[in-house]
Amino acid sequence: MAQGQMAPGIVAGRLSSDELAANFDDLHPAYAPHEAAVAADRCYFCYDAPCQTACPTEIDIPLFIRQIQTGHPEAAARTILEQNILGGMCARVCPTETLCEEACVREAAEGKPVEIGRLQRYATDTLMARGVHPFTRAASTGKRVAVVGAGPAGLACAHRLAMLGHDVVIHEARPKAGGLNEFGIAAYKATGGFAGAEVDWLLQIGGITVEQGSALGQGLTLDALRADYDAVFLSIGLAGVNALRAAGEDKAGVRDAVDFIAELRQADDLSALPVGRNVVVIGGGMTAIDAAVQSKLLGAENVTVAYRRSRAEMGASGFEQDLAASKGVRLMFNVMPVAVHGNGAAVEIELEYTTSAGGSVTGTGETVRLAADQVFKAIGQTLRGAPEGLELDGRKIKVEGAGRTSVPGVWAGGDCASGGEDLTVTAVAEGRDAAMDIHAQLSA
Amino acid sequence: MADLKTNFLGIESPNPFWLASAPPTDKEYNVRRAFEAGWGGVVWKTLGSEGPPVVNVNGPRYGAIYGADRRLLGLNNIELITDRPLETNLEEIARVKADYPDRAVIVSIMVPCEEAAWKAILPRVAETGADGIELNFGCPHGMSERGMGAAVGQVPEYIEMVTRWCKTHYDKPVIVKLTPNITDIRYPARAARNGGADAVSLINTISSITSVNLDNFSPEPSIDGKGSHGGYCGPAVKPIAMNMVAEIARDPETQGLPISGIGGVTTWRDAAEFMSLGCGTVQVCTAAMTYGFRVVEEMKSGLSQWMDEKGYTSVDDFIGRAVPNVTDWQYLNLNYVAKAKIDQDQCIKCGRCYAACEDTSHQAISMSEDRVFEVMDDECVACNLCVDVCPIEGCISMVPMQPGETDPRTGKVVQADYANWTTHPNNPMARAAE
Repeated sequence: MAQGQMAPGIVAGRLSSDELAANFDDLHPAYAPHEAAVAADRCYFCYDAPCQTACPTEIDIPLFIRQIQTGHPEAAARTILEQNILGGMCARVCPTETLCEEACVREAAEGKPVEIGRLQRYATDTLMARGVHPFTRAASTGKRVAVVGAGPAGLACAHRLAMLGHDVVIHEARPKAGGLNEFGIAAYKATGGFAGAEVDWLLQIGGITVEQGSALGQGLTLDALRADYDAVFLSIGLAGVNALRAAGEDKAGVRDAVDFIAELRQADDLSALPVGRNVVVIGGGMTAIDAAVQSKLLGAENVTVAYRRSRAEMGASGFEQDLAASKGVRLMFNVMPVAVHGNGAAVEIELEYTTSAGGSVTGTGETVRLAADQVFKAIGQTLRGAPEGLELDGRKIKVEGAGRTSVPGVWAGGDCASGGEDLTVTAVAEGRDAAMDIHAQLSA
Repeated sequence: MADLKTNFLGIESPNPFWLASAPPTDKEYNVRRAFEAGWGGVVWKTLGSEGPPVVNVNGPRYGAIYGADRRLLGLNNIELITDRPLETNLEEIARVKADYPDRAVIVSIMVPCEEAAWKAILPRVAETGADGIELNFGCPHGMSERGMGAAVGQVPEYIEMVTRWCKTHYDKPVIVKLTPNITDIRYPARAARNGGADAVSLINTISSITSVNLDNFSPEPSIDGKGSHGGYCGPAVKPIAMNMVAEIARDPETQGLPISGIGGVTTWRDAAEFMSLGCGTVQVCTAAMTYGFRVVEEMKSGLSQWMDEKGYTSVDDFIGRAVPNVTDWQYLNLNYVAKAKIDQDQCIKCGRCYAACEDTSHQAISMSEDRVFEVMDDECVACNLCVDVCPIEGCISMVPMQPGETDPRTGKVVQADYANWTTHPNNPMARAAE
């Protein structure tokens, strides 16, 4: 018997396994072939297409859609994967509404872009379902490259280097490769163990070894890597989480949203995963939305996203905001946490209203209290564990050109590196481009 | 709502929308349902001589060409004339005509090219009370191999001969249905007129192979691995049909010969266009086969609404109105100068006009860094390709230059008077202006 939404506290099994299975089903179900054909027919095959320009990996979108149209989804997949080896995951998680689909001329014409993301998924799923890996390795160069972190940037970099004939060792702290594709991102965006399957498929290229439990600071040093390898690529992500800086932050029931999401992604049985009755998520980005929506889908009665700035300033896209609203998540704007109340464990959260103008946030003095037995902090991640000696740019590893750090022979990309948005697709582009630069330098 | 009443050769029908001789008109059941759905008339599917009827293939009879979302644009068929006994058809025609006296019932006929064969069947058809006959000189497949259908329609002498037999042995209107599978449609039309035909109808289907199966290399539709050319119809053939209609309408030898237009009529607009080119009625098949008989509702309401908007009270008000404007290329006004103009407010910046012009035409459209596309008047020849490839209707238009303005492409002042190729100095055959 399910516990129900009203069960007090943080409890598991609020919903039946059938309800949970339905709730965590594919957000955008895969196209059937005819749907794909109809969707593909809508593409105008634009000249110097704006969608391609808007894609951080610059996939030739009109070409791959035309290949779907003419009955060759596998060829379409190859067009995609040549630019973006994680095209399957990007098709699922890219905020297309702010990238290719926003740029689609049909968005301008009628407010309904060609569904590029879903078409990309159709192509890549078709290819991957056949179990083939479309790329082969060049003759061995005898060069060895270390990649630190098996997230999207690291995987993209490793794959491209392996293709070019280099041998790659990926050092990964966690027990599984995939980075945020495996441990972050809402479950309904990457159903059916896709993240893991994609990594396995990617590694079919050969020449890549993944060493699990191997991380900088845990026996691994940059100096040693530089000595042992011909080049080093750092893609260590943002392992730290910003503090709330509100009274009562240490009470039971207050935790980092990224940990909750990782736990959820790794859970074999969602009905064993506890969630509060009254959940408040602090933050305004994708992580906040992912945590909030999944709390709701697990059966929380009340879920609120509390963001300290206005809707217009929210990091989460309009699509994500609408998704949250449609699942019954309440979005509160211009409120910031001042205290978590409760005797040992959180019971309420006290929020202060704000005005946010010109970048600064000022409390108005007026406060409101919400019931909150669970509070998720989703106010941004920070660089942690970056090796000494690397120049930083603000709070990230400073890179120039195609990911070159201040240390010779060391490149960096993905969320840990400066420049670009913190998106899977951007990480893939940075990993790929760094690989090309490493290759150029190793071949010189 | 404007009255769509039509009088064609003295045959009255409540509207000009007739179902063409084809599978939809093969039997009483269908024709009754068609009349209930509102069709103005039918041309009964082609009858053959008495005796064992023809047989059809037992595999696929149709092949198709699609546009976006599997919208059927072209259909080809290898079906023959009716495969039901003559007697059955005649009984059914008589019953239907008796029950629907206000609708046009025309009987399509195809018998061997011998006077006796025609003389035998015509009185039988007359007995049904049908309003007229249509001679099937068009069917391009199967029957033509047996010396009938298009095999007759491709020989003007035969057309004239058979038409004359029919006028001799039948006293109601005789319509001759023409095949487009010839080089110049005017010759068979003239032959029909010379034979005494009351009207021509066109086009019959166009010989075609719609596709080839790339696994077994059989043309489609495939019958046990082999395919035969079929007859092509549907929206794709409309431009070909309209040109042939216009050729007959403006030919001095056939001018005034009534025409029933056939070929891809799918909407009211198609019908209005055919009729403006001189057709007194239109015949429809593919649209009905694609969407069912109910599609006639839109055709009727659409034509009627358009007539109201234009102030036409009868179809006779616009039949043939476009004919005087169909001319030969040599008479087109070479002093008419237009330039493409892109409406920036409507432009969605797809760049198709740019690609088309830059890659395949006159390099007359510029593209800026921020994707603003503009026509360069000094290069634009007004070819219209940009208009044709633009996905937004009305975004690019062809704006005529006014007399007195200077065409920046040629540096010449636009003249108000009309001048064509016949008098152009570059024409070696030019005659001095009189």
